[in-house]
Amino acid sequence: MSESNLFRRMLRNPLAVAAMVWLGLLILSSAFAGVLAPGDPNAGSVQNVLAPPGPGFPLGADSAGRDILGRLLHAGQFSLAAPVVTLTVAVLIGVTGGLIAGYFGGWFDTVSSWVAGVVMAMPGIIVLLAARAAIGPSMWLSMAIFGVLIAPGFFRLVYAAVTAVRNELYVDAARVSGLSDTRIISRHILTVVRAPVIIQAAMVFGIAIAIQAGLEFLGLGDMTLPTWGGILNDGFANLYTAPMLMLWPSLIIGLTCIALTVLGNAMRDELERAGGVPKKKGQAVDIVREHIFAHPEDPAAQLGEELLRVSDLRVGYDQRDGSVKQVVNDVSLTVRRGEVHGLIGESGSGKTQTAFAVMRLLPEGGRIVGGRVDFEGRDLALASEAEMVKIRGRKIAYIPQEPMSNLDPSFTIGTQLVEPMKIKLGLSSADAKKRALELLARVGIPNPERTFKAYPHEVSGGMAQRVLIAGAISCKPDLLIADEPTTALDVTVQAEVLDLMRELQKELNMGVILVTHNFGVVADLCDRVSVMRDGRIVETGPVRPIFAGPQHEYTQSLFDAILEDAPARGELVTTQKGAGA
Amino acid sequence: MSEVLLDCRDVVVEYPVKGFRKAPFKALKGVSLDIRPGETVGLVGESGSGKTTLGRAVLGLAPVTGGQVVFDGTDIAHYNRAQRQGLAKDIQVVFQDPYTSLNPSLTIEQILVEPLTVQKVPAAEASKRVRDLLDQVGLPANAAGRLPREFSGGQRQRIAIARALALQPRLIVCDEPVSALDLSTQARVLELFREIQERTGVAYLFVSHDLAVVRHLSHRVAVMFHGEIVEWGDGDQVTSHPKHPYTQRLFLSAPIPDPVRQEVRRAELHALRASKAEEKAA
Repeated sequence: MSESNLFRRMLRNPLAVAAMVWLGLLILSSAFAGVLAPGDPNAGSVQNVLAPPGPGFPLGADSAGRDILGRLLHAGQFSLAAPVVTLTVAVLIGVTGGLIAGYFGGWFDTVSSWVAGVVMAMPGIIVLLAARAAIGPSMWLSMAIFGVLIAPGFFRLVYAAVTAVRNELYVDAARVSGLSDTRIISRHILTVVRAPVIIQAAMVFGIAIAIQAGLEFLGLGDMTLPTWGGILNDGFANLYTAPMLMLWPSLIIGLTCIALTVLGNAMRDELERAGGVPKKKGQAVDIVREHIFAHPEDPAAQLGEELLRVSDLRVGYDQRDGSVKQVVNDVSLTVRRGEVHGLIGESGSGKTQTAFAVMRLLPEGGRIVGGRVDFEGRDLALASEAEMVKIRGRKIAYIPQEPMSNLDPSFTIGTQLVEPMKIKLGLSSADAKKRALELLARVGIPNPERTFKAYPHEVSGGMAQRVLIAGAISCKPDLLIADEPTTALDVTVQAEVLDLMRELQKELNMGVILVTHNFGVVADLCDRVSVMRDGRIVETGPVRPIFAGPQHEYTQSLFDAILEDAPARGELVTTQKGAGA
Repeated sequence: MSEVLLDCRDVVVEYPVKGFRKAPFKALKGVSLDIRPGETVGLVGESGSGKTTLGRAVLGLAPVTGGQVVFDGTDIAHYNRAQRQGLAKDIQVVFQDPYTSLNPSLTIEQILVEPLTVQKVPAAEASKRVRDLLDQVGLPANAAGRLPREFSGGQRQRIAIARALALQPRLIVCDEPVSALDLSTQARVLELFREIQERTGVAYLFVSHDLAVVRHLSHRVAVMFHGEIVEWGDGDQVTSHPKHPYTQRLFLSAPIPDPVRQEVRRAELHALRASKAEEKAA
């Protein structure tokens, strides 16, 4: 995202605008202090000591008879320049160090991370006091030292961003394109760290102003320079005689720090919002009901009782502008006991949304906006969450696509199998463990005892999927919903898991909804298939007739794209043309 | 003048393992294969087989600790970064994931111009080349000013292919370039790969886990298992009549999109497994 774009969007945030206006005024008035308040800000006169506001002294005079307003304006030059020193030092050290350590790693990484840790552990204000004692009251030097102390903040930030992006494929691609390291850093890495560094800089600037004012207030600064902290110090000394003297410097310091924090937060909010997916402009949903090709039943087939009947299901997502974007349109399907019903389609076809709607587990913002989901004599579309909790896991079980991310890495596999059984089936711990071991053995895990005690990262993806299948069948569900259960697995493991699912489905006489994009998986496991496109079913029926003669042109195009029966490339024909190379 | 464009001889890649005096992990245990100009060599295997590592070794992104990677007569296995930059015009890459292989904050034009500017192509000519590249991969010319996120997965992969083609390389390492794509998109992108090869004579090292995809595109196929090549030869031969038991299992494990034939294939797979189990028992 470009900076100008960010700036334009910041202008829409009233708080950010207020902050920017305040900071702008402050910078301008400090820059033109000589014009706005001519004369030496340090020149006072004895007659005007603590003079009240009046002609010549808009805000009164201080204990040395100096004009407060003039001093405040002139002080701005130093009080704003000092944090610039801190920031420059911190950014130079922190960002450079973070880039080198994060990108190249190696010994520099080890050493600099260690140094950053040590610097972070040092108590800042004590170091500053010690420095003042050693080198005398130099504002610039102490602010530079403060910059060193705060540099690890930038270092850590940049380091984390760089290590995250270093292994991105586009960085590899740039390397293969022949880009030098400096070019890769300036073009691909700096753009990533730019935004967080700018935000951090705004925050650090505020902190540096406060620290600098604090040092001056304590009387540890350079008393020859007018600064906000110094004026505050003078006001504090005369708190009882002229209480207003403290108000103005406190107000400026406070407002400036608040403005910088507000600005930093606003930038972060805007940048985070930019990370979202761009809104697709009103995808026109064709109102016309497409013809659904329904293939006739095989009269010889023995059909089980009807387990699930989805009728005219519609799923929608609430949009920011209040409208509802529909992702599933008028989907109807049935699943019988002992039958595997495949939902096949490409990404965005609504197959997973349909499956999740049956379980009422749609992601945030999604809901069933129409139709019925009849399961065991009731409409799940209208069921309460409490009713669904009773049904999920016990009557309807689920197998996910990514086995690893569906197991909690901080618990053993055993615990994750036993807990739901204790709750859902009311088993005792010992019984649940016995049953879990039986299930692990049933799903073909070679050493159930060892897997029971193992953590998810200690087993392979195929084993993890077997564990999840064991969990899904633990309560002998009537309906199993499997969302791309073998997509993340290797093909040899996929074959084993498909075999396992077939056996279990026969054994428990379950109805299964199998969401997949793979026609091979459908051919292997399904009795019935529905082809989905753009949230609609375009063709449905028993598997064999559809594979033998797809009717809808979309189904036909999908079959045409299958490469299984395409001829092999054959041998390389070397033509004489290219032989000279 | 050489018959062979790329010749990998007993390539070994080892990754250091964290921990004191732990033996390094051998990702490749001496792999040899060769690619001729204009040829596609398919590299099939499952996760952890080392197929991606071999591709990365050719690209100089994996540490080669043994053997040679000979490109056009020169061993490039231990090239340093500066020498590698010179190879950029000859060897390019298309990665699997079209979402992370394009820098999200650069426009398509910036992405495509990048390799050209490194090779000191004048800006005006580079800009002309970009239109030409977009045309070659079937994208409209107005795509140049847009950001990657405005494109679908298949279109992004076309952009990645255009970037690889920018320098007119002689070899492109394709690391699962169609695995993240939908079926119909996949077929069109594969067609594009084929068409580009026939037009430009570029050679591909085509890494994939999908036997059908590899069969469709490759003149010769190598099957990898646990860091070694277990079968290597003519594409049709290896993918239709595999000899090595692992290749046979791989071949039979992939379900055919036809319920009738899949039933037969499943039975064959079960028979193969049973015979394996018997062998073990004996």
